[in-house]
Order: sequence, then structure tokens, then C-alpha cells
Amino acid sequence: MALNVVGQRVKRYDGLAHVAGETRFVDDVIVPGTLVVKGLRSPVPKGKIKSLDVSAAEKVPGVVAVMTHKDVPNNRYGWGGDQYVLAEDHVRYRGELIAVVAAENEDAALEAVDKMKLEIEEQEPVFDPLEAMKPGAPKVRPEGNIFMYGDSPCRKIIFGDVNEGFKKADIIVEGKYHHQGLKHAQMEPHVSLAVPEATGRLTIYTVSQAMYFHLTWVCNIVGLPMSKVRMIGGTVGGGFGAKNDVHADHIAALLALKTGRPVKWRWTREEDLLFSTFRGSWDMEFKDGVTKDGRLVARQVKSIRDSGAYTSLNAYVVDKHCFLVAGPYFIPNVYVEGYCVYTNKPPASSMRGFGITPATYAGEMQMNKIAEALGMDPWELRFKNAFREGEMTATQRVLDSVALIETMQALAGLVGKELPPHLKAMASTQKREG
Amino acid sequence: MYTLELKVNGRAYKVEVKATTTLLQVLREKLGITGPKVGCETGDCGACSVLVNGKLVKACITNALTVHGKEVLTVEGLGRPGAFHPLQLAFHEHYAAQCGFCTPGMLMAAKALLDENPKPTRDEVKEALSGNLCRCTGYVKIVDAIMAAAGEKA
Repeated sequence: MALNVVGQRVKRYDGLAHVAGETRFVDDVIVPGTLVVKGLRSPVPKGKIKSLDVSAAEKVPGVVAVMTHKDVPNNRYGWGGDQYVLAEDHVRYRGELIAVVAAENEDAALEAVDKMKLEIEEQEPVFDPLEAMKPGAPKVRPEGNIFMYGDSPCRKIIFGDVNEGFKKADIIVEGKYHHQGLKHAQMEPHVSLAVPEATGRLTIYTVSQAMYFHLTWVCNIVGLPMSKVRMIGGTVGGGFGAKNDVHADHIAALLALKTGRPVKWRWTREEDLLFSTFRGSWDMEFKDGVTKDGRLVARQVKSIRDSGAYTSLNAYVVDKHCFLVAGPYFIPNVYVEGYCVYTNKPPASSMRGFGITPATYAGEMQMNKIAEALGMDPWELRFKNAFREGEMTATQRVLDSVALIETMQALAGLVGKELPPHLKAMASTQKREG
Repeated sequence: MYTLELKVNGRAYKVEVKATTTLLQVLREKLGITGPKVGCETGDCGACSVLVNGKLVKACITNALTVHGKEVLTVEGLGRPGAFHPLQLAFHEHYAAQCGFCTPGMLMAAKALLDENPKPTRDEVKEALSGNLCRCTGYVKIVDAIMAAAGEKA
């Protein structure tokens, strides 16, 4: 059979449009008469809104509409359903959106935001997730600072018996790892264009990475059935997980419906970096039981994710972290606890790997630490523990098409590592001895 | 308001601007030329890079009135389908564009380099791209493409 794609160099279908400058990103869609948006954001990381007066803002020449939470048909949204489109009584992070304005031009919109009178009673915030977990810590939200997985404060993975495993170990290797927060810094800022059509439909040009999820959210927020909202997406100027949350579509939609005019909201780079979702930081504690000959027989991990003020994708990110933190190694006894902890930061969310990247970072640092403790070549340690065909993961999945050993053999060649004959002879299909 | 006269991609324009209007705003909002992108509006990312009288500038921090009487070249004027510039073809050939958002600016920075230095070293290419960010490629393919285009020109 002739293969047209596999093994062939295939050009990007959109490559020539990219180099011609013809690719039309959302901000490149220009509709005459489009209004611009600016938002009033919380100046404090935690506080109670005492009063908000937007009457002066409404009178600024060029201002077409001002909205507060009172104008939003359904003010709650997000992956956890716990975010506010526009803040009501409380703000939980600096930059949380409180009111928005649509105006004929940016100057008018900025002046209107400037004229909004906001009175906030600042409250004590908490920024460190380890502090936020302590009893008596300032509460980010009234229900507490830890996301509840049903009636459990953490996601648990239990495989075998980790305490029995530690008894079989010759040495115990412990490690604490911190992975800092990161911003995607995708090249295209968050932007949305909402255009009311004569047919009664609303067309939204979106940068979404999760368009059909976001379509349902937007419909719910604005109170329209899905048959009345058309989202046009697919051309994304970089996302890396930043665009799995709705940042601008819902606001552009609300203001377009209120004004009957096309509305575009493009976040500034400053807003994007300070207030949009990001990869929250991680604190990870490992305790591994290892035999003298380099077999991992038990792994215990406690991971804490700084989730910021709202749930967003953090609970899912912690799930995936827990599922995979035991690494690509066969460990017969595993116990993992993953905590999703709220702090007074912007909501964290997905970024390239949903919690797996920090797990791999910490897990591989730990492998090097174990190799050092044993006086063993770190390659040897990894080969010894690598999954074989048919072995079971800590989440009780039996693996097929396993190729880690073969991948490491190929990698060794690429980086100039001379493997000893017994590692060269190893294969994923060989059954593990003992 | 002030009257600004400029040439963009060989065509003459006359537009009304404020004292604070940027070249990027003129190109995108007044002329509908959207190849140059709004990435940061602080001159840091390079997505708005264009040539003014052959010199590379960040259009987002270039005051529009400073280009009065000058010639601006954007990606739209670099080459069109059927008559692409070697850089454009090399970017396509070498997978130098992924999401494509930085590509128009990258191409203009590369054009400015090759106009001045037709046979750059890899390090000189990297230096020339130091004002242009890409978050998809890791830059290797972009440098490969520019090196290949420099070869073609020879």
C-alpha cells in the first residue's frame, strides 16, 4: 500500500497564508462601527465591594453601554461554575472584573472606567497555598480554601500497599520540589469580536481552544439558545492552554446584545500577563522506597497546586498530575495525594500538560537523586524501572505498545551515551524478572 | 487632527491622525492592512515589525506622524502568491510558521537583515531576530529558513 502522508513531508495547509500575512486572526476581522471595550478591575487581591457608581461613566461622550453584574442574565460561569462574569459583593483576586464599558473609541472607554466610583473594603488575602491550607488562614472563599473531591480534600491514587512496599526497600529517598507559576505568553492576546446579525443571531469570532464548551457557557451567560449563537474559531495565534478559559467572548457578547452593535474586546498584554489564567505553582513531596539493586518498590507523593481564586481547570489538572506522577516506571506500591488549593491570585488553569509537566520535572529529579544515593548510573536506574509490555500503572491500566526502553536506547545514541551491553539488549517485550 | 501622507507597499495614502496615533493603528485601523499584528503595544514582541524606508521598526511604538512622506513595507508588500519573496517560500518550506502570528514580523526582520547582510551567519540571524518573539517554534526552524533563503539569493 502506498502511503501518502505517513513517512512523507507534508506542508502545512495554512503555511502559505501565514507567510503571505493573509491568515485572518480574530483581531484582523474588522467590522465597521465596532465598539471597543475596557473593564474596571479590582485594585485589591481581596475585598468586599461597598458601593459601585457608574453613572458618571455612562455620561462620558462616546460611551454606548456600561454593564455591571446586575445586567448579566446568568452571572456564574467557568469550568467549576464558580466564577463571576462581573463581581457581585466580593473580589478574590487583583484584576477581577467588576464592570465593563463599550464605547466608540478607546479614549472614551478609558475615561469611563476612570470615572467609575468604586468603594472596596480591603480584606486580608493569602497568596501562599501552604499557608492557605493551615487552619485559621484567611478564607479565599467562604466555603474554604481547599477544593473538595466529593467528601475528600484531595485526589487520591492508591495502588498496592505503600507501607508494605517501604518495608521491602533497602533505602528510602525523600525529595521536596517546587515548580514556579508560569504564564503561557502566547503571541496573540485574548480578544473577541461579537457581531449581532439582522437574523437575530449573534456571531462571535473567538480565539477559544475549547469552542464547543465555550459556546454553551456563552449561551448560558447571555441567555440565548445555541441555535442563536454562532462561534467562528480555529485560527488561534498561540494558546498553550491559555485559551481553554473564556476571557473575552462572554463580555463582547453581552455588550453586543445590549448595544445592538459589533463589539470587540482585546485585552492589553499587561492585562493578559497579570490577570488571565496561568500555570499555577506546585509543591511536591516525594518519598520513594528502593532496593539496593535499583528497583522502586514504593512511591508516596503529596502535591499541592496553587489554583488561584477559582476552580477553572485546576481540579482536572490535579487529577492528571496524580494519575501520572508515578512516572513511566513500574512501581508496585503507590500512594498519591493531590490538593487543589485556593489563593488570592487570578485563577490558574491549563498549560501544556495539565499538571503532568511539573510531575515529570519532580519525578525525574527524584530519579537522579535515587541514582546518586545508590551510586548507580541514572540511565541504568531508568532502564531497570521502565514499564514493560503488559504491566499495570498505578491507575490500574494494563499497558500495551510500550516503548520506553527502545526510546531511551535511541536517545542514548543521539546524545552520545554509550550504553552497557545489558541495557542495549533490553526490550520492552521482555518479562520483568522477580 | 493632522494629515499624514505616506506610501505603504508602493501605494500612496493620505489619512487623518491624532498626535498620539501609532503607525500600527494607521496600518490596521485606517488602512485595513492587518499583516502587522498587535502583540504587546510596548515594542517588546516584534509582531508589528515593518520597514520604514528600508529600516526595521516596531510599528506599535512608532508615532504615525514620524513616517510622514516615507515608504512603509509590510508583509503584504513583501511578496504575493505567484511572486513570493524567497524568505516567504523558505518559511513555508522549513515549517518556520506554526500558529503564524509572529510570522509577518519575523519575515520583515529577516528581510531587513538580508538587505543589509545577504550572507549572514546563524549567530547573525539570531541577533537580527532578537526583537521578535515566537512562542511555538523555539526559533530553530525560523533560523533554518532564513539561512536557506540567504543561500537562494546567492
